[in-house]
Amino acid sequence: MNVVVCAKLVPTGTPTLGPDHLVQRSGVEGMLDPGDEYGLELALQLTEQHGGDVTVVSMGPEEAGQALQRALAMGAGRGMLVSDPALRGADALVTARVLAAAMARYPFDLVVAGVESTDGYTGTVPVTVAEILGIASVTAVRRLEPSDAGVRIERMTERGYDVYECPLPAVVTVTAGSVEPRYPSLKGIMQAKQKPVDRPSLQDLGLSDLAATQTVTAVTDAPATSGGEVVQGDEAVGRIADLLAEAKVI
Amino acid sequence: MAGAWVFAEITPDGPHPAAFELLTHARSFDDDPTAIALGPGATEAAVELGTHGAATVYASDDPVFTEHPGRPAAHVLAGLIEAQTPDVVLFAQTYDSRDVAGRLQGRIGSALMGNATSIADPRHARAEIFGGTKIVDVELAGPSPTLILLRPKSIAAEPTGGTARVVPVDADVPEDVRGARVVERHEEAATGPRLEDAKVVLAGGRGLGGPDAFAMLDELASAIGGAAVGASRAAVDAGWVPYSYQIGQTGKTVKPEVYLAAGISGALQHIVGMKGAKRIVAINKDADAPLLAMADLGVVGDLFQVLPALTEEIRRRKGS
Repeated sequence: MNVVVCAKLVPTGTPTLGPDHLVQRSGVEGMLDPGDEYGLELALQLTEQHGGDVTVVSMGPEEAGQALQRALAMGAGRGMLVSDPALRGADALVTARVLAAAMARYPFDLVVAGVESTDGYTGTVPVTVAEILGIASVTAVRRLEPSDAGVRIERMTERGYDVYECPLPAVVTVTAGSVEPRYPSLKGIMQAKQKPVDRPSLQDLGLSDLAATQTVTAVTDAPATSGGEVVQGDEAVGRIADLLAEAKVI
Repeated sequence: MAGAWVFAEITPDGPHPAAFELLTHARSFDDDPTAIALGPGATEAAVELGTHGAATVYASDDPVFTEHPGRPAAHVLAGLIEAQTPDVVLFAQTYDSRDVAGRLQGRIGSALMGNATSIADPRHARAEIFGGTKIVDVELAGPSPTLILLRPKSIAAEPTGGTARVVPVDADVPEDVRGARVVERHEEAATGPRLEDAKVVLAGGRGLGGPDAFAMLDELASAIGGAAVGASRAAVDAGWVPYSYQIGQTGKTVKPEVYLAAGISGALQHIVGMKGAKRIVAINKDADAPLLAMADLGVVGDLFQVLPALTEEIRRRKGS
């Protein structure tokens, strides 16, 4: 089974906005989105058990190469990075179009992504990619194994979980905690530097007219939440009970 | 007057409560919003959608919408949009609605905005980012309708007492746009009030150290009466409690009278889900935990001593 894993570079620590109201990504210390590591681990386990390759694809500034290196060090076989100044400020649709076009360059059975990024949290890009590619998708996946029909999937719901039979090719998003991501070994880190990273241009991908449909027109600070009082151990129990009584809930 | 549509998610218990909030939002710029309800129970749900302001409800009770995630709903919505040309479609920021919105964007190429907290009109909305520390105003371009996902509990739903006109929808969904198919459903037995409705929410985090410590929160909840127990993402990821407990950006948004967090440091992703609580109590042994600083009452102490002692104290005050 050949698997494509989506990887995003996210700022380390709290993100900041530049004067253009966009999240600063270039020249800022970044890392592979921790939420992507679960999907990568799942892809690595799948291919280790059932054969196939893992390709990691990312769109972002040159620094996104660092996120790819981390993924390659964990065990992915090949990277793909789409980086172009024209993509700065890309919205969900532009991102989905670019990722879909990049994935279409290699044959694959499964695309794996995180449920949502830890900086933007929109959480729609993977299904939009699936729609553009015209293939099936299941989100919020916590287990996945090959089956006669394609893959058998457990999807988390607000009430428990559902089991799906999903034809391939397909896009899935994987929840945190579904697997335990491995740490890259020293050997893995050394090998990663030798692994191929494909860098298609937007022209190679046949993409044009990539204007974002969203513009941030103003940014303001939210009203600061005024902290109250901090108390130590002994006094605490009575104070909490008083607060519950004041709120008329006991 | 802008044409505002609301995608009303249908659950086994009727319309998702967020649908009523979306209708309330929609009425701020469309007196007669339309709701789209797809899946078993949709026609019945039209009554409640009507009392919350939907003038028209496009409904189909076809099980195809619950058997296949997102795709059939996006297919039918795309057809309705082409025929009726609304200006905006509102969705709740939930896993299921998000799947439909993402699919729909791939079909129609419209702008999609996630995590909105209010909407001025179909082209202008507002969101909170970075754990609610910044507010951004966003302008949306591209073809109509725009697709805007609103965080649940951004505003309170207001009933109008109206009656909706129900228009049956033909669920003509070809085999090639069905995709994955559900073969089993597993539901965890729910006890006590829903997290979203409870007046008191007790949430546990990594500081609880393991699943067994949640029993202390259950005990406290029963002493208080009518309290619900939730968790931070760290506790859910660790597998201590099910996903249905999760409060935060991913997970549920709660606005109780009292929110008590035990062993939760206060990551941005958690704060987004609970900062609307009227009163916040945080217990943490680490005096530097961010949640202590924003709590109305912060307790620096050992939760393994404070929680059982608090349960005792409440029982004593209640005289039982």
